[in-house]
This record gives sequence, C-alpha cells and structure tokens, in this order.
Amino acid sequence: MGLHPTQYKGLLGWIDARMPSLMIAFRTHMLEYYAPKNFNVWYFFGSFALMVLVIQLVSGILLAMHYKPDSNLAFWSVEFIMREVNGGWFIRYMHSTGASFFFIVVYLHMFRGLLYGSYRKPRELVWIVGCVIFLSLMAESFFGYLLPWGQMSFWGAQVIINLFDSIPLIGRDLSVWIRGDYVVGDATLNRFFSFHIVLVPLALIGLVVAHIFALHDVGSNNPDGIEIKDHTDANGRPLDSIPFHPYYTVHDLYGLGFFFTAYSAVLFFAPELGGVFLEGNNFIPADPFQTPTHIAPLWYFTPYYSILRATTSEFMIWLGLGTLFLGVLTYLRVRPGPWRLVVAVFTFVVFVLMTVPQVRLDPKLWGVILMALSTTVFALLPWLDQSPVKSMRYRPGWHKAVLGVFVTAFVVLGYLGINPPTPGRTLVAQVCAALYFGFFFLMPWWSRMGTFKPVPARVTFAAH
Amino acid sequence: MTAISQTADGAGDPGAAKPAADPERRAAVITACVVGGIGCAGVAVPIVASFGPSEREKAAGGPVDVDVAAIPLGQMRVFEWQGKPIWILHRDAAMIASLKTHDTLLADPYSKRTAYPTPPYVLKDSSTRSIKPEYFVGIGICTHLGCSPSGPFGANENPQLGDEPGFVCPCHGSTFDLAGRVFKNKPASDNLQVPPHQYLSDSIVLIGEDKKKA
Repeated sequence: MGLHPTQYKGLLGWIDARMPSLMIAFRTHMLEYYAPKNFNVWYFFGSFALMVLVIQLVSGILLAMHYKPDSNLAFWSVEFIMREVNGGWFIRYMHSTGASFFFIVVYLHMFRGLLYGSYRKPRELVWIVGCVIFLSLMAESFFGYLLPWGQMSFWGAQVIINLFDSIPLIGRDLSVWIRGDYVVGDATLNRFFSFHIVLVPLALIGLVVAHIFALHDVGSNNPDGIEIKDHTDANGRPLDSIPFHPYYTVHDLYGLGFFFTAYSAVLFFAPELGGVFLEGNNFIPADPFQTPTHIAPLWYFTPYYSILRATTSEFMIWLGLGTLFLGVLTYLRVRPGPWRLVVAVFTFVVFVLMTVPQVRLDPKLWGVILMALSTTVFALLPWLDQSPVKSMRYRPGWHKAVLGVFVTAFVVLGYLGINPPTPGRTLVAQVCAALYFGFFFLMPWWSRMGTFKPVPARVTFAAH
Repeated sequence: MTAISQTADGAGDPGAAKPAADPERRAAVITACVVGGIGCAGVAVPIVASFGPSEREKAAGGPVDVDVAAIPLGQMRVFEWQGKPIWILHRDAAMIASLKTHDTLLADPYSKRTAYPTPPYVLKDSSTRSIKPEYFVGIGICTHLGCSPSGPFGANENPQLGDEPGFVCPCHGSTFDLAGRVFKNKPASDNLQVPPHQYLSDSIVLIGEDKKKA
C-alpha cells in the first residue's frame, strides 16, 4: 500500500511508484509540452542561454578551486591559473568567453521577443521574470569582473559603486556600506566573491526555473504571434504543435553544434577578441592611485554606460522638454478624472527637478536614474506595446524601421561607450539616448498607428 | 487534499460554510507573528552591520605629513591618505595666473557647493583654493564617480581641455583647472575635494588634520 500506480517498468517503475513527481515533471515539461511547430532560428537562443549557464556553473566551480579572493593574491592567483594550473587557461577562457556569449545570446533572445511580441498577454510574467534574469545576469557579471583584481576590475567597481553616492542624504554612507571600506578594497573583493559564487547563481537558477514554469503554463509564442491553443484536437492538444521532446530537444542539440562552433572559435583563437571580451588594462594589477588613461566597462554594459555619460547639465533641458512632451501626450490620452491630475503633477514635478536650476537634482543623479531606467524599461513592454497584432510579420512595414532605429541607437550607444568621450560623440550619444527612450515611451502611440496586415488563423509552416 | 477535507470542522472543504475565527487562536497567531517579526528584525541588525567597514578599516588612515619642498616647480606628487590619492601640485607663476581669468568657464568658481565642502581656510583666494598659492593640496578622486583624473596638462596639451591647463578624468571626461575646480557642462558638478590639512612648518604639510582639531 501507498505505492503510486505506475506505467513504467524496472528501476524507473520502482522510482516512479515512490516518487511520481519526477516523471510528472518530465512529461509536463518535455514529452507533453506542446510547442508551436513553426519555430525559426530565433527560437534557438533560449536553449543556448541554458547551455551557457551550465558552462558558467561548471567552469566557475573549477576556477574557485584555484582562485584566492584576497586583494594581495587575487591577481596572481588568476595568473597562476592561466600559466601553471593544468588546463587552467582553458577553464578561465571558458568562463570569460562564456560571460560575453551569455550576453550575446540573451540580447538575441530579447530581440526575438521584440520581433514577435512574445511579451504580450498572456506571457507578461514570462517576460518580467526574464527581465529580472537579465538584471541578475548584469549583477553577476559586475561582481565577477572585480575578481581578477586588474586595473579595469578595480576602476570599474569604483565607478559603479560610486553611482550610489549620488542618492541624496544616504548615498555617501550607502556606498561605504556596499564597499565595506572607504575605497574599493579587500572587504569589497571578498563580498563580491561571495555574491558571485553563491548568492547570484542561486538566484539565477531559481529564476530560470520560474521563467520556464511561467512559459510552460501559458505556452510558447511563435513567429506568427498567434495562439496555437485556439485550434486543438479532441484531446486538447494544439493542432499546430509538436512535443518538445524529442522534436525540439533534437532540434536544439543540432543548433548547439553551431553555437559551440562560434564559442570555440573565440575561446581557442581570440579569447580577448581584440580587447572587447577581455580588456588589455585588466592584465595590469589594480592600482588605487592610477586610473588607466581610458577605462570602459565590458561591451555588454556600454549602451547603458553611454546613457549615463550623456546626461550632462546641458542635456537636462532637452530631457525636461521630452518629459513635458510625453506628459502632455499622456494627459490627453488619459480619461478626465483623478489620473489626469496624477499625470499632470508627476510631469510637472519631474520637469522642475530636471530643469529649474535652484531645485533641480544633480545631472549625475539623473544620469544614474536614466541608466537604471534604460536597463529596466524592458519590463514595461507588455503594457507599452498597444499594437493590435503581436508579430512584426503582420505589423506595418515602417514598424520594422522603428525597431531598426532602436537597435541602431542601442549599437551606437554601445560603440560610443567603449570609446573615450569627445564633445561630438557625447552629442551623438545624447541623440541615441533620446531615440532609445523615445522607442519605449512613445510606443503606446506609434505601435497602434499604420495599416496592419491580416493575421492568419493557423501558423504559416512549410515542411522541409 | 483528502486528508484536510476530512477534518471534523470541515476547514479544508471548500463547500462548507466558513467557521468563525477562534479569537484565542487569532491572538496566538498575531502574537507569534509579532514576536517572530521582532526576532527577524533583531537578527537583521548584526547582519546589516557586518557589511560596514570593520574596526580595522576604521582605525586605518590617520593623518600623514609630507615635505612639499621636495616637489619641483611645476610638478605634482601623489601621496596616500586613507587609501586615497592626495595630490600636491607645486604651481609656478603661469599656473597661478591661469586660475584668475576663467571663472566664467567654471561650474562653481567660488567653491560654494556643499556636497564636498571646501575648508574655509583655503578659500581666502577662491581662485587658488590653497593655504599657500604655490601649493595645491587636493584629493585626486573625481567627484563624479571616483576615478582618478590624469594630469596636470598644460595649455593645448589635451584636446578635452583645449587652451586651458588642468586635469582630465579619463572615465567620463570631466575637466578641472589647476585648483581642482570643475569646468562647466561636464559630468562632475563638484570641484575636487581639498582634504583637511595644515602647515606644521614652512614646508611640512600635515594631511588629515587642520588647526581646528589640532
């Protein structure tokens, strides 16, 4: 008595009778998870991201066996790994190349969402959990980058922790509390090590599980942006679907072949990628008295970093006017009533805090606010996008151009962030920052404009 | 689920009428929550405190003395105090003259902002920001995000400074004049900090303590 009736034989049957959850989970998420049959190449990146997470966990565990989180030893322990540990260079480059590939894969994964409206109802939670994963990934990367204790590690951490300085009243104490010292030092290194190898990885794994649960509860979107669950067979299985296992597991394994080709090419032939994946100055031990003549964050942070840098006192009036414009648009959109008052007051307060010299907040604080906003604004997409159809395939042609402008602004901001600032470049960064925020905050208006194409009832699919 | 719905009062049975809350149990629940909450808050105090600087780090960083006579005219030396780079720039007459003429280009020429207060004893002449005009003592950490600016550059030596001599922060391009005053429309809005300091003799400067405290 007490044994669960099982359909399996042998050892699996023995286990299933005692712990049916295992096979229930396998069926729910693999065998009987019905995914749309019309996935295209953009749908590889979720599996790739999972693969990179595994690579980072395994290589990270191996690195932690030789690394020493001590400001006197850290830099040399990394050199020891590179030069003297058997296969150490391979493990270290696996980890550093994996970090950059994580962001490449995640950015492409997010772009897929923009392209096909994957964040729209009912997938808001899938998207929001994904946004939290993205933020955790940035935290993980930031903590990890201090560990080699090179010049870039040190000054990068110094700059980012000093961002908290700009918070009124508590900022100065807060940044000391984060560092555990008055300057970035041993205490900072030790706690970043702890966050990097314990706290954030644990959070990431939990969030990835939540991301997949949320996805499997509502089902995947597809390049046509239509619900496959609207057309089901007698058993309730969507007609345009195939079981995730074995079809998409095999499909994704095939894709991983291409992924590993690109990953290995960088790992073995260009692990520094000309200073983009590993910066030259980080091969110099940290020196608290000498900032290198040019410091830049790693490439995947540079778009947001450019926005931070572009927020100068001269730019504030334009930000204020932009806010005012957006406030007026929103005011006209909202029905007369208390919400109109809220919009009006909020717009007025933000405008004053941006522009009136006597009371305005520091441009530096606004820079930090805008940078934070630029990394979190993605989470608002399910509500900003008001297009009657999800997929770019059936939206007006010029919507593609708008998305193209956003991607271009993002890439240009990223490029500028790698390079030292000049007045001309700052101006370009300011224009791109305006385009970046304009894309998101004007979306409730532009996304419903234009002539939409008819959406098919069933997915478009041609057997190979 | 089955086990719950078989309880005598039918508490887990969705069809049953909701029984009235037992006030005695309700009080016990509230008490447990309050006591547990206080316990959690109590545990949080040492955990949060453990993130702050340790006693050892707080004790480090007493005042240091420096002999400025050893610094050649027109050059700068960097010293350490509280783990921070302390600049001492021995300014020549041309350098001092350069400070007098460009107030309109500066964001805060009279060092009036209070985010990083400037000691009043260096503001007798707001253009030099020093006790002795020829020796500028400053903390070489940009007030924007904490990088250490490069320099000093002479006029026309650095494109970001143009024909002004001064310092350039490599991180975000803030520029400062030779008294550490920030130029307008740059990411930093505060002048470089001047540490508390005093002259013990003609050429010995004590950094980290001024006369008020001495």
